[in-house]
Amino acid sequence: MSIATTKVAPTSKTWRRIRIGEWLLLYALSIFGALLIAGTLVEATGGDWLPVLSALLDGSVRRPGRWGETLGVAGPLLLVALGTVVSSKAGLVNIGQEGQLLFGAAVATYFSFLIGGPGPLNVVLILLFGAIGGAAWAGIAAGLLYWRGVPEVLSTLLLVTVSTQTVAYGMRWEWLLLAPQSSRGNRNQVSEQLASNNRLPRPEIFGNEFPLTVYIGLVLALLLAFGLGRTVWGLRLRLLGHNPRAAKRCGVSEKTFGVGALMISGGFAGLAGGAMLAGGGFSFGNYQFMSGFSDNIGWTGLLVALVARERVLLAVPIAFVFACLRTGSSFVGSTGVEGRITDVIQGLLVLALLIPPAVMLLRNIRRAKAAATVRV
Amino acid sequence: MSSFPQAVYDIFTSNSTYINAALFGGLLAFAATGEWVAERAGTLNISVEAMLLAGAFTSAVGYDLTDSVVVALVAGILGGMLVAAIQAEMSHRLSADQFVVGLTLNILIFGLTGFLDREIDPATKTAARWTVPILNKVPLIGKALFSQPWPFYLLYVLIPLSWWLVYRTRWGLELRASGENPQSADVSGIDVNRRRRQAVYYAGLTSGLGGAFLIFVQVGRFDDSIVGGRGFIAIAAVIFGGWTLRGTILGCVVFAAALSFRLSIQGLGYQVNSELLQALPFLVTILGMALFAHRVRPPAALARPFVRGLR
Repeated sequence: MSIATTKVAPTSKTWRRIRIGEWLLLYALSIFGALLIAGTLVEATGGDWLPVLSALLDGSVRRPGRWGETLGVAGPLLLVALGTVVSSKAGLVNIGQEGQLLFGAAVATYFSFLIGGPGPLNVVLILLFGAIGGAAWAGIAAGLLYWRGVPEVLSTLLLVTVSTQTVAYGMRWEWLLLAPQSSRGNRNQVSEQLASNNRLPRPEIFGNEFPLTVYIGLVLALLLAFGLGRTVWGLRLRLLGHNPRAAKRCGVSEKTFGVGALMISGGFAGLAGGAMLAGGGFSFGNYQFMSGFSDNIGWTGLLVALVARERVLLAVPIAFVFACLRTGSSFVGSTGVEGRITDVIQGLLVLALLIPPAVMLLRNIRRAKAAATVRV
Repeated sequence: MSSFPQAVYDIFTSNSTYINAALFGGLLAFAATGEWVAERAGTLNISVEAMLLAGAFTSAVGYDLTDSVVVALVAGILGGMLVAAIQAEMSHRLSADQFVVGLTLNILIFGLTGFLDREIDPATKTAARWTVPILNKVPLIGKALFSQPWPFYLLYVLIPLSWWLVYRTRWGLELRASGENPQSADVSGIDVNRRRRQAVYYAGLTSGLGGAFLIFVQVGRFDDSIVGGRGFIAIAAVIFGGWTLRGTILGCVVFAAALSFRLSIQGLGYQVNSELLQALPFLVTILGMALFAHRVRPPAALARPFVRGLR
């Protein structure tokens, strides 16, 4: 090797700057590509992309009161995503949040009317029982994993349908979830409505109101970021995720931590369900439980976590963006373009955001290999 | 309401039970056969649901444009393969997480077909019925298996073909090696990720056909809820069958029976908890896995990405 080549070899600082530039470029390109495809799709079916975009922004942030609605959707999404981060840190793939959320909300509904304590206490109980319900539902998968060796990917997924059907069964009986005949329409399969003092407060800020769920989510996100990054518990959890065998040598019980991580993950989803029930708002019914209550929040929350790639604080802005797509979609219909386009945009965005890390991984491997050959 | 044995007798002797079971089972078998191939190569292909839906939609559009079922079937295959292309290239060329890609595809295709269906609204109908002479006179199962719209009979080719490909060809051996021990396969000169991509494409092919089957044999017109989670039941069938083709087909039959009981029980006027029946395929699978998960062995590298030099 000649001296000249070593001279122009960039220093580590320059390398780092190139890396960051590469990352940003890749992300910009893939997001632009996703939006380009979505725009082309709108144009191809006879729509116009600019009004659609404008309607999306109107519906999610621009119109008065809309960003409050968006935050109200972002809250549960964030909660679901936080739980997912916990389980994936432990190396477990929980993809049944939709079912855990629904079951948690159902349990919360059942117990809130069964106990019926004084207002504020009952709100706490709703959230608590939501979390317990979700954790219990995830606990089934955890139990199957550690005592019967059933892969959690499959059991959590299959349990989503079981949860839907279990809840549908509950909705048929007045002693379970269904409201008494007198307080619902003839054919409406809904639960009783939460009394006004049993609801989460929705304080108003700058003309926008949103339930406390958002604050709960933010506080939990900070706590979780601290817990995972700065405590022994977090270290053990990550150790288990990175290398189960090493974790075992260090005295981390795979069973305790694995079951715990899955149940916490389900608990967060269930908490989101309880918060949706008690928080009300745009797309979450009218403080009533009904079949189809989860309304894809579990799936979308899972996507948020997947895009955030196990980084807790990154989940906060991503949850907001995904919530924007959801609240914006109701305004898109007025432009003559089907509102389902937002589902397409969302899917394309997630796929696009998957590309840069994967490309960088391959590039890094190639670079390392090249470096190794030079040394030889 | 009559007695329980009477009810069981009625269900097992009613022709509609078998016909419905054949229809449900046919769809499951199309999807599950491809899914089985993909899983043997090491991909737990969650996007089979999206493949079915995309295949159903493109085949409906193909028929709407040309009025030919053959073209529609080809279009269905292309639709399934398109989803497979995204799944395969992203998870086995770029090594993105296959569950993430699969889940996203399910949501994306659900939105996309729903969106395009409103815009295009393709018109379709079921294909012509072919009746196999003597065999359709077999009591109970004859009508169900040998008097169906003709795309149904593709199954009789597809299943043995898949078996032969996976167990009796070099390609199949390499494919299974990629699912069992990618490191060793790589060392012996097999392009692991290429085999895995091909397996996913194969799943796209069969699931695309399955989507077309849904349009031209079972339902007759497209709707975005047409698949309704049956792709997941197909995945369940593969697991239920312990990753063998025989077991997978058996799983399809069992789950199809459960799905068809729901219809015939209601058709015959018996009252059974419909929620339980809907959840039955999933409960059976979970129970089956809980009982046999120690005994059946999934492909050792199932759902593990392969990147040379990592691990």
